[in-house]
Amino acid sequence: MAAITTQEAEASTQRRRLGVGRAKAKGPKQQRLNWRIRLRRDKTLLLMCLPALILIVLFNYLPMAGIIIAFENYDIYQGLIHSQFVGLANFQEALTDPGFWQAFQNTLVIAAVQLVLYFPIPIVLALLVNTILSPRIKSFIQAIVFLPHFFSYVLVITMFQEFLGGAGVLNVFLNKHGISSWNIMTDPGTFKYLVTAQAVWKEAGWGLIVFLAALAAIDNSLYEAAAVDGAGRWRRMRHITLPGLRGIVVLMLVLRLGNALSVGFEQMLIQRQAVGASAADVLDTYSYIYSGLGGGFGGTTSIGGSYSYGAAVGVFKGVLSLVLILSANKIAHMFGEDGLYRR
Amino acid sequence: MSTVTETGRRFRPASARGFRKPDQNRRPVWEEKPSWYGQFGKGSVITVVMLLILVPVWGVVLTSFSDKGSINSAGGGLVLIPHGLSLQNYQLIFSGGTVSRALFVTVLITVVGTAISMVVSVLCAYGLSRSSSFAQRPVLMTLVVTMFFNGGIIPTFLVVNDLKLYGSLWALILPSAVNVFNILVLRAFFTGTASELIEAARLDGASEWRVLWSVVVPTSRAVIAVITMFYAVAYWGTFFNAILYESENATNNPLAVVIYDYTLLGTTMPGMGTTGVGGLAQASQTGLSMATVTLSLIPIVVLTPFVQRHFAKGMLTGAVKG
Repeated sequence: MAAITTQEAEASTQRRRLGVGRAKAKGPKQQRLNWRIRLRRDKTLLLMCLPALILIVLFNYLPMAGIIIAFENYDIYQGLIHSQFVGLANFQEALTDPGFWQAFQNTLVIAAVQLVLYFPIPIVLALLVNTILSPRIKSFIQAIVFLPHFFSYVLVITMFQEFLGGAGVLNVFLNKHGISSWNIMTDPGTFKYLVTAQAVWKEAGWGLIVFLAALAAIDNSLYEAAAVDGAGRWRRMRHITLPGLRGIVVLMLVLRLGNALSVGFEQMLIQRQAVGASAADVLDTYSYIYSGLGGGFGGTTSIGGSYSYGAAVGVFKGVLSLVLILSANKIAHMFGEDGLYRR
Repeated sequence: MSTVTETGRRFRPASARGFRKPDQNRRPVWEEKPSWYGQFGKGSVITVVMLLILVPVWGVVLTSFSDKGSINSAGGGLVLIPHGLSLQNYQLIFSGGTVSRALFVTVLITVVGTAISMVVSVLCAYGLSRSSSFAQRPVLMTLVVTMFFNGGIIPTFLVVNDLKLYGSLWALILPSAVNVFNILVLRAFFTGTASELIEAARLDGASEWRVLWSVVVPTSRAVIAVITMFYAVAYWGTFFNAILYESENATNNPLAVVIYDYTLLGTTMPGMGTTGVGGLAQASQTGLSMATVTLSLIPIVVLTPFVQRHFAKGMLTGAVKG
């Protein structure tokens, strides 16, 4: 009985959210209990949510209130309330700083390079791995390609450094054969490809999971029917496999576009000294360095760096990201796909 | 036809064996046999991909077990072909210097942090698992909003500072203790797979705590294992939070920060000369730092295969329903 009512409720919320079939809802209308009764009934459940809520409020919502400092000339001794209010001065300062525009441009360029060079790789790999028949070999391959996802960027960059850096395997080899060395790790010109290569090395294998699952969900009888009708390997791929992947590809694109402004913060920060700020600064690192906190990464406090200034750049990026996510989601809806919030 | 392909090789009647070769018995009958060059191309692409991942790991691990002589003969870089193995690098880093301290800190925050995160997340996911319960949607929305918008680095830093956590190890745990995505994955699993069992247990009069502990946790072991691994890996790789909150307290540096200092910034390892095992003369900076990197790789490489078969399940309940 209880099971049925829960499912019923689940189904009705589902319907309400989708905005369809409201008229067709069958059965007696579920009676909504008095909130006091529901509170007493569910107080244990609420209690269980409490620890997570406290942590979220402390470390996510309090900082949101702290955004005020972006509009202030924040002084740590005067505090949030008594610091001088300066309106949009911090934003104005950022928008007239060439360093800020360089960081903005880098963010967009790196995001674009990653989108073009990174995005197709997991899909192609998934198509390849999917054709392997033996489940043992398949899971062995997956065990290996998943690994780098769990390495932190410090480890990933260390490995790149040991292979491609000044004293790395590649340059030792080049020198041995009398070819002048090329230190890829400190070359600002190719930096955007370097960080993309690192991202591919770390995450492309992990990206397989989603696409493999989508491939497994395609009805096998479609392939069988097509094969019986004389469709070859490539035509089956074009007319069955690729349309079957469409939904998940759009979802992944939306996620990627939404996160476009957050290209590898740690990754850039770690390599900032090696390649220089003009190549490695993205919005996130710029905000951090010019808050005066990031002294260890070749940052400077002399160019008007302050908590308020850093926070202002952070707010700028946050708002822009939100706009990006929402519009990417809109595009997904236009394509007739679910996009992000179906939850 | 499909029944034959689904039957295990061992149980197929002898008469069926005559029709097709044993190695074909998983390929659907309607699918044409791939050409040899197709097979070869596919095999080599996959082999190259796996080598691109395995060779760097191999190089790091082998160098960490090499003596100074073989590292020098490799031009001071990585050793890819073994000769002159020794445990010297490990003896040095374990003899109580910066790395031992960092290892201790990293293990501590990983164990304590993962425990806290899991307790908090499982409780919250269960608390949100019934869509008809009181205030379920507002609480859920409160969590989800933080996935799309946050205060940014500086305001978060100031809050942590105001809470007097700056310079304490709690600063590496508490601000990142709750991951909303992980809670959504757990919740999706609790509402989906376990919901009927939960209802049955509640009808039998079990309290919520009892249901959670005796029904939900045992039936959701796979997804709990996956989420535990996600949290543990995040704590294990803690880097930026340590830079942000522990920069004035070097004894609280986790492994990732030590690796950053010694391999990427090129700081000489302190305590190399003071240790009794031979000191600076016998050790190579590359060897020592690769030993540190290996320490940080080992738990991941050892644990991933055990959890691997659950990844898809754990991720997909989240992706599809989350």
